[in-house]
Amino acid sequence: MTMSNSATLATPIGGLYHRRRIANKLALSLALGAAGFGLFWLVAILWTLLYNGLSAINLSLFTENTPPPGGEGGLLNAIFGSVVMTAVATAVGTPVGVMAGTYLAEFGRNTKLAEVVRFINDVLLSAPSIMVGLFVYEVLVIRMGHFSAWAGAMALAVLVIPVVVRTTEDMLKLVPNSLREAAAALGAPQWKVITMVAYRAARNGMITGMLLAVARISGETAPLLFTALNNQFWSADMNAPMANLPVVIFQYAMSPYEDWRQLAWGGALLITVAILLLNIGARLLAGLGTTRK
Amino acid sequence: MTEIALTLTDAHASTARRARRQRLQDAAFRNATLAFALLVLLILGGVTVSLIDGALPALRAFGFGFVGTEVWNPVSEEFGALAPIYGTLVTSVIAMAVGIPVSFGIALFITEMCPAWLKRPLGVAIELLAGIPSIIYGIWGLFVFAPFMQSTIQPFLINTLGQIPGIGNLFMGPPYGIGILTAGLILGIMVLPFITSITRDVFETVPPMVRESAYGLGATTWEVVWNVVLPYTRTGVVGGVMLGLGRALGETMAVTFVIGNAHRISSSIMAPGTTISASIANEFTEAVGDVYTSSLVALGLILFLITFAVLSIAKLMLLRLQRKAGV
Repeated sequence: MTMSNSATLATPIGGLYHRRRIANKLALSLALGAAGFGLFWLVAILWTLLYNGLSAINLSLFTENTPPPGGEGGLLNAIFGSVVMTAVATAVGTPVGVMAGTYLAEFGRNTKLAEVVRFINDVLLSAPSIMVGLFVYEVLVIRMGHFSAWAGAMALAVLVIPVVVRTTEDMLKLVPNSLREAAAALGAPQWKVITMVAYRAARNGMITGMLLAVARISGETAPLLFTALNNQFWSADMNAPMANLPVVIFQYAMSPYEDWRQLAWGGALLITVAILLLNIGARLLAGLGTTRK
Repeated sequence: MTEIALTLTDAHASTARRARRQRLQDAAFRNATLAFALLVLLILGGVTVSLIDGALPALRAFGFGFVGTEVWNPVSEEFGALAPIYGTLVTSVIAMAVGIPVSFGIALFITEMCPAWLKRPLGVAIELLAGIPSIIYGIWGLFVFAPFMQSTIQPFLINTLGQIPGIGNLFMGPPYGIGILTAGLILGIMVLPFITSITRDVFETVPPMVRESAYGLGATTWEVVWNVVLPYTRTGVVGGVMLGLGRALGETMAVTFVIGNAHRISSSIMAPGTTISASIANEFTEAVGDVYTSSLVALGLILFLITFAVLSIAKLMLLRLQRKAGV
């Protein structure tokens, strides 16, 4: 009784404490509302994707090539093209990124040069990917005289590099110096210390970085639009335009044909599921690395 | 006896040889990593040079007037960048107007209000959402959001805000569904995960002691966030916002689907427009003639300069916070 009395005494309506509590309630409800609002849209997008995409997924999606308007078909050539270009881009970009990241973490830790490289790399990491497409167009497509899967793969490789540089550096920095010193004390030269000790200790993290890079490029559309272009037919020729999922989705979704749009939804779902799986895999792997340490 | 001495000098010689070889290998490895680090700089240099090189014909033809004219006529080969620049800036402003408060709310919810067991799953979910490619947002925008805008939101805006003199001009005209406003809103949803995850990360750099001292003085949750956490993390939050802005400015596919690709500046934000990246994506492969192609590359150069500036500022601010936090 006295407790509640003193409580009401301390919070007269319109008093300072009362106003502060109201302001707090208001602000927190707004935050809650904002969180709900934001998550609602993100969930809505995934839900539509699942709803429209699932009805488009069937066996012929994986066994037939992209059809002409009105025809039956699947996305086989586009899936193949995406996988090939992503693989080539990863194979080219990862070693470059690992080496550059090694320099930043092992040799240039506190040098001015490393600081500049780190800064530029971070800018490249979030630079608009369409500019990479323009760059590769100017450098490769014009020189070669035609669009090609090589050009597409190179554009994607340019996007892989900053991701791998970043994770390689971060992961190598986590390797305790005592490991390096122990190896050096046994007489191992520095390159052996790095490749056989530091890399091994950071391996999970570095693979995580690679997976994240693959996830990043497998949905990229803009850099492929005018490098790999698109191809309606089956093509395994790296020197010719090659079909790929993102550009096919773009073209088909913008088309007036219902069955093309259907295929676009199916492709969109495929890409999203692949990317989510890659991301989750990368995270699990990173988690493994930290618990073992 | 002599034999032993001989093998000893032999051993010495081979050790020296091996040491020399190892030094060479070390130097080679070190220089190789250095070369690849320089390659990162070279890529940025290459992007800059190739964009300038490709933009030269257009800049020569139109001079600096290129930036200030609205006309975009492939037939008479007259091009100006004003409409795409306008579209890029306006869509990004709309995106930030939606994205900043909402991601701030989500970050506040995750760090201060949400039960501990929900914290990690929510954080992971946000980061996974950041990985969804922009083409997904684009296709959703085209088939779901734009029709919804056309049937519900835009008629409502026209009938309410559109009637007010002055700002009503922003909400006039027929409800197309697609257009600047729709593109801006989709961008706003798209940047949510980026801004949220950085804001949350920097919120968590606040030492618990600072936070708890404020609580100990009797501050409410909101007062702690507004008067303690936010001032402490200001540079980091601004950095995160700038990073989101960089994404919004350069975002291509999510916008291309729903912008309408019209090279004009309308007073209404519901009218179709275009952005720099959407123009390039829509027209580049169809562009005939050097001046047309070069004008599109010149647009790319402008985008490059804008995003480079924005991203650099973002990076510098985040670095400053890092130094302060002593990480």
